[in-house]
Amino acid sequence: MDTTKPTAVALDDATVAFHLAGNRVYTAVEQARLSVEHGEFVAIVGPTGCGKSTLLNVAAGLLKPASGTVRIFDQPLTGLNRDAGYLFQGDALFPWKTAIDNVAIGLEIRGAPRAQALERAQGWLNSVGLGAFAGRYPHMLSGGQRKRVGLAQVLIRDPKILLMDEPFGPLDAQTRQIMGNLLLELWNADRKAVLFVTHDLEEAIALADRVVIMSAGPSARIIGDWRVPLARPRDISEVRMEKEFHALHREIWSVLKDEVMKGYAQSSQAPAEVE
Amino acid sequence: MMSRPVLLLCQLLVGVVFFGLWQLFATVPIFGYTVLPPFFFSTPLDVFNRIVKWLVEGSIWRHLMITLTEASLAFVIGSLSGTLIGFWFARQQTIAAIFDPYVKMMNALPRVVLAPIFALWLGLGIWSKVALGVTLVFFVVFFNVYQGVKETNATLVDNARMLGMSERQLLRHVFWPSALSWMFSSLHTSVGFAVVGAVVGEYLGSAAGLGYLIQQAEGVFDVAGVFAGMIVLAIFVVAIDFVVTKVENRLLVWRPTAGERGT
Repeated sequence: MDTTKPTAVALDDATVAFHLAGNRVYTAVEQARLSVEHGEFVAIVGPTGCGKSTLLNVAAGLLKPASGTVRIFDQPLTGLNRDAGYLFQGDALFPWKTAIDNVAIGLEIRGAPRAQALERAQGWLNSVGLGAFAGRYPHMLSGGQRKRVGLAQVLIRDPKILLMDEPFGPLDAQTRQIMGNLLLELWNADRKAVLFVTHDLEEAIALADRVVIMSAGPSARIIGDWRVPLARPRDISEVRMEKEFHALHREIWSVLKDEVMKGYAQSSQAPAEVE
Repeated sequence: MMSRPVLLLCQLLVGVVFFGLWQLFATVPIFGYTVLPPFFFSTPLDVFNRIVKWLVEGSIWRHLMITLTEASLAFVIGSLSGTLIGFWFARQQTIAAIFDPYVKMMNALPRVVLAPIFALWLGLGIWSKVALGVTLVFFVVFFNVYQGVKETNATLVDNARMLGMSERQLLRHVFWPSALSWMFSSLHTSVGFAVVGAVVGEYLGSAAGLGYLIQQAEGVFDVAGVFAGMIVLAIFVVAIDFVVTKVENRLLVWRPTAGERGT
C-alpha cells in the first residue's frame, strides 16, 4: 500500500436511494464513508440485501448517489468509472463469443488490432489457467472456468481499480479457494486497488488488507473497519489455520452476527425490494 | 433414447403401416364393403404413380421452383424487416408505445383475408404470394427480436459498458448479436410460415406453384392429384426444415441447446 499516491476510491457520506412505485423511496445505503488506498485490497462484508452491491455500483459509476460524493484518484466521479474493472456476480460473458474473443474484446473496442488483441488475450487465458480453452463458448465451460475468463476479461484492460461483486459466490468451496489464490497471485503482480464484496467473512479476512462491515438494510451503514494483520503473500487455505485469523474472525463475527440475524429477520418478513 | 438406426427403422415402419393400411382398405373390400372408396381417397399406388409421372414429365420442377422462389423471397424480406423493425422498436420504447395498438391489430388479422387484396394490388404473379408470406414471417420475427432485445441481460449490458463500450459498440457487440440470435431461434417457424404463405397464395389464385397444382386437381375431383401435390409439398417442407436445422446448428453453435429452441 502506498499512501503517498491519491486515494483510489473515496466515498464520502454517500447515500443511495431508489424510487419505488407510489412515490415511496427506499434508502439502500446511508452515509457510507469508505476509502480504498492505492494498492489496497478492501473487502466489504454484510448480511444479504444490505446494499453491498449498491455500494460497488456507486464506485463503478453505474449508480449515482442521492447525496454525498464519490472521488476516484481525487477526481469527482462523473459518469462511468473509466479506471475501474468490474467483475460481476452473475454471468456477464458474451455468450456468442468464444473465451478468447470474450477476453480480447476489451482491447478491440479500444481500437487495438485484432491479431494483437488475440495474442494478449491468449496470454491472459494462459495466466488464468485456461490456455487450452480459447475456442470454447461460455456454455461449454464450468462455472469456475467462466469466472476465470471473466477475470481475464477485466484484467486485460489493466484497470487501476478492481471492483468485485461476490465473484466466487456461486462456486463450490474447493473452487473458491483455488480462485482466491489465483486472484491473490494475479493481484500480487501489480497490486491494484481492490474493492471486494462478499458475504463470506472467512473469505474476506483471507483475501483482504482491510475488512469493512455493513449493517443490515434498509439504510445500511458501515459499522466497522478492521485491518487484517496477516502477512503476504498468503495461501488462502493455510492462512485460515493461523491464530491471528481466528482472533480477528471472532472479533468481527461478534459484530456481524447481530446484523446477519437482523438481515435474516427482515428478508423473511417484508418483500426485499432492492438487493 | 434408442439408437439412430433403430429410430430410423421405427419412423419408416410408421410410414409403411400407414400406406399399407390405406392401400388395403382402398382396394380390398372387407365383407363386401370398401372402407376407403378410391373415388374419394384414391390409393397410395395411384398417388405414387402420379408423382412419378410428374417427375418423369418434369412438369413438377417448374411448380416447385416457383413455390421455392416465393417462399424464399417471403422469408428473406420478412425476416429482414422483422429484425430491423423489432430491433428499432426495442431500442426506441416511445416508438414502440405509439405503434403498439396497430401492431397488435395487424397481427390479430387473419392473413388469408389479405390474399385477394394482394392479388388485386400485385397481380396473380409471384409477388402477391410473397406479400402474403411476408405478413406471416414478419410478425414471428418481429415479436421474437423485439422481446429478445428488450430483455437483453442487464448484467451483460453493464459489463459491456464497464469494459468501455460506447453506445455504438454496445449496439454492435451486444444488442445486434442478441437480436440476430432471436431471429435465428425463430428460423423454423418463419421458414414454415413463408411456405404456408406461398402455397395458400397460390391456392387462392395463381397460374403456377404447388398450391396451384393442388387447387387444379381439386377442381376436377382428381383426388390422386391432390394427395400427390400434398406429398410433394410435405417432402419439400421436410427438406427445407433439414437445411434450416443444419444452418441453425452452425449459426447457434454458442448456444447450449441450439436445436431445441425453435418456437
